[in-house]
Amino acid sequence: MRRTLWRITKLAALEKGRLIIAWVSLITASVLFLAVPRLVGNAVDAAVGAGGQGDSGDLVRLGLLVIGVIAARSIFNYGNLYMAEAVSQRVAYRIRNLLYDKLQHLSFAFHDREHTGNLMSKSTVDVEMTRMFVSMGLIRAGQIVLFTAGSATMMLLTDVRLALISLAFAPIIGARAVWASRRMRHMWLQTQIEMGKLTTVLQENLSGQRVVKAFGAEDHEKRKFRDQNQQVFSRTYEVQRAQSFNTSLMQIVFWSASGVILWFGGRAVIEGRMTPGELTEFFLYISLLVQPIRMLGFLVNTFARAASAGERVFAVLDADSPVRDLPEAAPIGEVRGHVRFEDVSFGYTNREAVRSVSFEARPGQVTALMGAPGSGKTTLMSLLARFYDPDDGRITIDGKDIRECQLASLRSAIGIVQQDVFLFSATVAENIAYGREDATMDDIIIAARTAQIHDEIMALPEGYETVIGERGVSLSGGQRQRLSIARTLALDPPILVLDDSTSSVDAGTESRIQDAMAEVVKGRTTFIIAHRLSSIQHAGLVIVMQHGEIGEMGTPEELIESGGLFTHVTELQYATSLNGVAAERAGATARRSAAP
Amino acid sequence: MMVNTGTGGNWVSRGQQGDIDEDGTKLYDQRVILRLLSYVGPYKFPVFLAMMAVVVYTGATVAIPLIIAIGIDRYIENGDLSGLNTLAVWFGVVLVVHYAANYAHQVLLARVSQRVIYDLRNDLFRHLQDLPMSFHNRHKVGSVMSRAQNDVYQLQEFLDIVVLSIGDLLSLSGIIGFMLVRDWQLSLLSFASLPVLMVIIWVWQKHARPAFLRVRVAISQVNASLAENLDGVRVVQSMNRQRTNMGAFDELNDHHLQTNLRAQRLASSLMPVVEMFMSFSLAATIVFGGRLVLGGTLGAGQLVQFTLYIQRFYDPIRSLTMQFTQLQRAMASGARIFDLLDTKPDLVDAPDASTMPQIQGAIRYENVSFAYEPGKEVLSGVNLDVRPGETIAFVGRTGAGKTTMAALVSRFYDVVGGRITIDGHDVRDVTRDSLAKQMGIVLQEPFQFSGTIMENIRYNHPEADDEKVYEAGRAVGLHDHIMSLPDGYETMMEERGGNMSLGQRQLVSFARALVADPRIIVLDEATASVDTQTEQLIQQAIGRMLHGRTAIVIAHRLSTIRNADKIVVMEKGRIVELGNHDELVALGGLYAKQYELHARLAAFGAKRAYAPANEFDDEVPGLAPA
Repeated sequence: MRRTLWRITKLAALEKGRLIIAWVSLITASVLFLAVPRLVGNAVDAAVGAGGQGDSGDLVRLGLLVIGVIAARSIFNYGNLYMAEAVSQRVAYRIRNLLYDKLQHLSFAFHDREHTGNLMSKSTVDVEMTRMFVSMGLIRAGQIVLFTAGSATMMLLTDVRLALISLAFAPIIGARAVWASRRMRHMWLQTQIEMGKLTTVLQENLSGQRVVKAFGAEDHEKRKFRDQNQQVFSRTYEVQRAQSFNTSLMQIVFWSASGVILWFGGRAVIEGRMTPGELTEFFLYISLLVQPIRMLGFLVNTFARAASAGERVFAVLDADSPVRDLPEAAPIGEVRGHVRFEDVSFGYTNREAVRSVSFEARPGQVTALMGAPGSGKTTLMSLLARFYDPDDGRITIDGKDIRECQLASLRSAIGIVQQDVFLFSATVAENIAYGREDATMDDIIIAARTAQIHDEIMALPEGYETVIGERGVSLSGGQRQRLSIARTLALDPPILVLDDSTSSVDAGTESRIQDAMAEVVKGRTTFIIAHRLSSIQHAGLVIVMQHGEIGEMGTPEELIESGGLFTHVTELQYATSLNGVAAERAGATARRSAAP
Repeated sequence: MMVNTGTGGNWVSRGQQGDIDEDGTKLYDQRVILRLLSYVGPYKFPVFLAMMAVVVYTGATVAIPLIIAIGIDRYIENGDLSGLNTLAVWFGVVLVVHYAANYAHQVLLARVSQRVIYDLRNDLFRHLQDLPMSFHNRHKVGSVMSRAQNDVYQLQEFLDIVVLSIGDLLSLSGIIGFMLVRDWQLSLLSFASLPVLMVIIWVWQKHARPAFLRVRVAISQVNASLAENLDGVRVVQSMNRQRTNMGAFDELNDHHLQTNLRAQRLASSLMPVVEMFMSFSLAATIVFGGRLVLGGTLGAGQLVQFTLYIQRFYDPIRSLTMQFTQLQRAMASGARIFDLLDTKPDLVDAPDASTMPQIQGAIRYENVSFAYEPGKEVLSGVNLDVRPGETIAFVGRTGAGKTTMAALVSRFYDVVGGRITIDGHDVRDVTRDSLAKQMGIVLQEPFQFSGTIMENIRYNHPEADDEKVYEAGRAVGLHDHIMSLPDGYETMMEERGGNMSLGQRQLVSFARALVADPRIIVLDEATASVDTQTEQLIQQAIGRMLHGRTAIVIAHRLSTIRNADKIVVMEKGRIVELGNHDELVALGGLYAKQYELHARLAAFGAKRAYAPANEFDDEVPGLAPA
């Protein structure tokens, strides 16, 4: 906990100038704060004429002084408030930038593990908690210390005995506040667990809405939700009750101190050891302590929450990406496109994905990767672009181990059309030029034409300037696919990876995509992750993956001649239907043989 | 106090930035507050009790400085020690009352506010259940979740503040009232500046409001950008866009920082103003009150009392201005929640809807037309007759209308033209509930709720005993596997299928349908490939499941198709071929062509397979992609 808070402090220390201004304003404002009760006390004495004759001129002087002191105080207070906020906002700004950059550089392995929602909550809620620590913990907390120390000193200077008696309450309240906030934290945690369960009920209900409706289970679900809602209610109410108990108690302890001052102080005044003005000061000093003491519990909470939030944030910032440039990495240079996999093995955290894969793709060759889902096709391509590093073996491009090339140069040599097309909320043109910002409008249009999407873009309300993505015009599956092809073409990569998933596309579109692809693969080393036989027609090499290993490899002709595995793959792909046909043939044979 | 670590945090509300329009938000405010008040309605009695407690609390709060004043003026000035002692006892009594009343009003109000939130959540959830499938299709789970979570949470925070502020505000008015009674001249003098302060605060909030709105828009842009980057991180990395994206993000992040600082300057600027006004009040009390004391018309204790009141007086004003942002957020959230609650469920039972009697299973599509969006018909004038107990297989490419045909029978949507009858009853004339109870739907993607296997199979049928669940487990061939798990049927289903493969989870949803024992079953066959053994289990289970029931199948398996009593070949929202396998093969149409291609494939070991021959479909028997 201490280490995390120290790291946040170091981040805040980058704003040295503002921090100093905040602290200077804080100290000045606090001193001025402490002067006011003294002035009011003097005024009371002037009014009742203690230690001499009362003087209305004194009163006016004191009145003006009060205005002056408070005016000065409010300016410094403003400075403190604003600077505390400014420093903390700047720290939050810095952390957000750091997080953003870290997240976009972390390898796929990290993103496979961490859900977007989770990361988002780290960058919103946790950053906010960390920020709170800077403004509350590092700056405003000083107020508590200064006020407590200052009030105590002023009271001790006025009357040691009365001061000690009235301040006896402060440690009690302080300890209570700390204890209560600890206990409250535990209770909040419980509440959050119940809340989490309620969230799960809701989320499952919404994602499984079809099932709910199909089973007519709305009432069942309503009951389920209501019961959990009741749990959340009970827990929350419990916490609030404890909280009310606490705040009421704190107030009462504070007021008791006033009672003690009245009783002891009253005696002191009667016995002439104290003036009425000094008694007034005591009341005012004690009331100065109300706010800081109230804040104490809140502050303890802020510390604890910032520590755990900060820990989560730093965990991301410290995450180590295994995929990064070696110190001696050089740009990959001009790429001819000679790709070699040498005995490559790789496993995700919980399962092996690729085992001892070796093959070679010559420059300009089209290589088709086939195999059942999960057989390792996509993994091979992810390894090629170094989204992961192989556990064993190596991958070379034109003879260079890809781990010895600069990551950025490697990836700009490889264009990938991914299976699920992700488009950004931006214009069509911006989306096509996504990987190549210096692309001219002509480049963009050429890419779109080659991908067979130009005409459809022109048909959009604002052509290439139409905003698409989550907040814009929605495109059909086939359009998205071809846009993603165009986006990759704009890069003009010497090596191309196409994940040919056209399952959600109608016949006309599919043939257009096929046409586009025939155009696209010219002159590039191309890998096609093929889901259908028709898309391997341009292939010079077909690799059939089976359970992470190369099951069979060769030209399409060779594979057909050899029969075996290639047929097996087609069977796998059309598994069920072929089973049906096989059964039918078996049935037919049976019938034939049964016939006389 | 509560950290919302649920899915997503506030970011989910991206795209909801339209509410910057200022006049619009004001209208919202009144509407939202009125709606919220209607939720408080049922709790009149506890609210009444709470108000009584507040009155007592206010009395005690006002009494404390009063006792101090009396102590000074009556006893300390006169040196009356025993009087001071008695007063100390009274002080103690007032303290106890103060404590009790303070606690009581806070607890009562907390209870009411939590109840209101509870009711609101329940209402929201119920409403979501009643909304039709078309609503759920249109709205992403994330954005609905954000309303039910973040927006409700904002309202909860708001109510928490209200609970704390009500006591403060009432005691404030108590103090003013009491001071006026005590010495109206001095009071007026002390608070002369108050109206001016009110005007200043009013002017201030007019400026602050848009400033804070801008902050909210700015932060939602920051979060939207971050979320998009995370969603698309694979593209970003493969396209080397990190540096440019960083620049764009930094711009947004910096914009938020500047907007925020501007708003903070505004927020902090009110503080000195409030303090200055306090100093005027205090100075006025000192100068004029002091003169009155000098003149002997005012006790010194009363002077002290007034200064104490002034201190107390400005505290609530200060804290209320600090809560301003929260108030704004709550109003925007409230508006969104009530908007959702006001969405009309368009698929409600007709007022005279009858209960669907025991279904025999005769389904008729009579000239059915349907469109998800006006003008884009996905079914046009479809007629189809299904006899009880028949299995109908729909085939055709994506978008041909198969899924829609199936969805209409279970009344996920209402037809646009024509009608659908079951045993002669128009599905719109019977209650949804009585219909759904007799229909079973098994979806492509097996969906499981978190809970045990037992709970998942028994879903919505609490009356089914364990034996019935086991029976279903056996029927789908999953019983032995389940029994081999450490806790048997009581094993928790793991979210990502840690203990069950995809195929096995499909079997669980088959078992669920068997327990429900529906008269009509709608089956959307999965295309995902599973291992051979499971595949066999699935085929057997499908056979068992469909047996003796009217079945509508969106078919991907040739075995299912071949076994169907009728195969319906669909294209562009129309039925183009209809008949059983042999009839369709004999017909020599689309189906036959496809089937032949298929048989050739099988026979010749894929010899000609890679020749482009795909003019039919990817989902009809042959060419389903894996």
